Amino acid sequence: MIRSQRWKGAAFTVPFQLGFAFLYLLPIGYAIYQSLFLQKQSGLGLGGATTEFVGLENYRHGLTDSAFLSSILRVVLFACVQIPFMLLISLLLALFLDAVTTKAAGRFRILLLVPYMIPGVVAAIVWINLYSPEVGPLSPLGEVFGFDWNFFAPSMVWPAIGNLLTWHGIGYNMVIIYAALQGVPRELFEAARLDGASELRIALSIKIPFVRGALVLTALLSIIQMLQIFNEPALFRNVTPQTVSDSFTPIMIIYNQAFNAGNYHYAAALSVLLALILGIASFLFYRLTSKEAD
Amino acid sequence: MALTEKTGRKHGADRPPTRPVRRLTRPDPAARSRGGQRFLLLGLILASVYSLFPVYWLTVAATKDRVGLYQSNGLWLSGWHLWDNVQQVFTYDDGIFLRWTANSFLYAGVGSAGGTLIALATGYGLARFDFPGRGAVFACVVGSFLIPIALLTLPLYLLFSAIGLVDTPWAMLIPCLINPFSVYLAKVYTEATIPFELLEAARIDGAGELRIFFSIVLRMMTTGGATVFLLAFVNTWNAFFLPLTVLRGEENWTLNLGLYNWSGKRLESGVDVTSLVLTGALLSIIPMAIMMVAMRRYWRTGVTLGALK
Repeated sequence: MIRSQRWKGAAFTVPFQLGFAFLYLLPIGYAIYQSLFLQKQSGLGLGGATTEFVGLENYRHGLTDSAFLSSILRVVLFACVQIPFMLLISLLLALFLDAVTTKAAGRFRILLLVPYMIPGVVAAIVWINLYSPEVGPLSPLGEVFGFDWNFFAPSMVWPAIGNLLTWHGIGYNMVIIYAALQGVPRELFEAARLDGASELRIALSIKIPFVRGALVLTALLSIIQMLQIFNEPALFRNVTPQTVSDSFTPIMIIYNQAFNAGNYHYAAALSVLLALILGIASFLFYRLTSKEAD
Repeated sequence: MALTEKTGRKHGADRPPTRPVRRLTRPDPAARSRGGQRFLLLGLILASVYSLFPVYWLTVAATKDRVGLYQSNGLWLSGWHLWDNVQQVFTYDDGIFLRWTANSFLYAGVGSAGGTLIALATGYGLARFDFPGRGAVFACVVGSFLIPIALLTLPLYLLFSAIGLVDTPWAMLIPCLINPFSVYLAKVYTEATIPFELLEAARIDGAGELRIFFSIVLRMMTTGGATVFLLAFVNTWNAFFLPLTVLRGEENWTLNLGLYNWSGKRLESGVDVTSLVLTGALLSIIPMAIMMVAMRRYWRTGVTLGALK
C-alpha cells in the first residue's frame, strides 16, 4: 500500500482515537491520580479540608476494608451459583431448539427472547412487584402450595435477584449457544446415528464439546457483568432498604463513597482495585478454560 | 456483484424454512421419535411460559385500578382501567413522563447515530488499512471491554462537572459517541463485506479516500451499520449507571431513571404510586419492543456475530 494511503487510513480512526483518549484514557488516568490523595480535615475540622498526597494509603485501606472485601466475596459466591445455573438452562434450551423442527425453533426462539427486549431496570421493577407480598401474584400462589415465602427476607434476596438475572439472561445466552450449534456439521450426526448412537449421546459427545467456545464466552461475559452488578440490588434497596444495605455490591460501595460520603479519593482507589480484580478474574478464567481444551 | 449475493443469502437463512439450502443443514425430523419431540416441545413451552409470564402479569396489572391491583387475582382482569392509568402516567407531575421518553429517544437516537458513524469509519480504517499504531488502537478497543463502568463514570463525572457539562444532555450524548464494541463489530463487518479489490478499482478510477468511504463503503455497509446502530441504541436506552451519575435534575432524566425514582417514592412519601410505576414500565417497553421486532433481522446477526468472532 502506498505510504500516503496508509496515513489516510489512519485518519479514519482519528475521531475515535480522540474520543477514546478523552472518554477512556483521561478518566482512567485521572482516577489513578486521584486515588493517591486523601482529603483530611485539619485540626477539629474547623480549618476546612486539605488534600494530601498519601501514596498507596487508599489501596491499603481498600484491601483491608471488610465491607469492600465482603461485597466482593458476596458477588463472587453468587456468580458461582447463578452463572452455571443460567448457562445450563440456556444450553439445554439451545439443544432443545436444535432438535425440533425449523418452524418450531423459529417460533420458540422469538418467545424466549422476549425478556432480553426488556431494559434491565424495567425487568427489575416488574419482578420486584411480582415478589411483592402486597401486589404480587407469587405470595398467594405460594400459599396454595403451602409455602410462606417472603422474597424480601435477607435469606431470599439473592435467590430473588438470581431468578431475575436468570430470567433476563437465558434468551440472550441461548441465542449465542444456538448459533454455535448451527455450525456443527450435520454429517457428524448422520454418521453417529448410523453407528447406533442415541440422541442423548450425540448431544453429550458431539454437540456440547462443539459449543464449548460459545459457553466459555457467555460465561466470561456473565462474570464481567456480575462483578459490576448494581442496577438490580439498587432497585431492591429502593423497596427493602433493611435487607439490601448500601454496601451490598462493590459498585454500590464505590457509588456511595463518591456521592454520599463525599470520599471521592477512596472511591477512585476502590474502582481501580475493582478493575484489577476484574482483569485478573477474566484472565484466570480464560486460562483455566483454554488449558482444559488442550 | 458477488458480494451482495453473499450477504443476501446470509440473511435469507433467517427466513422461514422453505429453502432447500436451509433444509440440508437441519436435522431430519423423521429421524426423531414422536415421544422425544413431545418432550422437547414441552420443555420449550415451559420455558416460554416462564419468559412471558412477567410480561403478561405486567399487562394485566396495568389495566387495574388501585383496588383491583391489591385485592383481585393478579393473573386475571378485574375491571378495565388501562386508559385511566395511561392518562395518569402522562399527566403526573406536569407530564414529566413524556419528557423522559423524549430524552431517552434523544440520547439513544442521536448518540447512537453519531457513535455508529464514528465506529464505521474506525472499523473501516482498522480493517482495510495498515498503518503504524493500528494494533494499539485495536488493543484499546478490546481491552476496554474489561474496564468497569465505575472506573470510567466517576472520573468522567468530575471532568464533566469541571467543564460544566453535568446535568446537561451533553453528559449523556458525548459518552455515547465512543463505543468500543461498535468499533469491534464495524471492523468485523468491514472484513466480511468490503473486498480489497473493489477499493483498488475505485482508487484506480481516481476516487479519493473520503469519497470511497462515503459513497461506496457506507452504502455497502447498510446492514452492518443498522446492526451497530440498533445494538448501540438498545445499550443507551438501557443505560442506568451513567445517567444516574451525570444527570441530576429530573427534566433531563431518562425513562429508566424516572421509573427508578417513582419506584422508590412508594416508601418515602406514603403516596401509593404502584400502578403509576407498573403502567409506566409497560409503556416504556413498547418502543423498544417495536424497534426490536421491526429490526430483528439485524440484531440477531449482531448478537451472534459479535459473540462468535
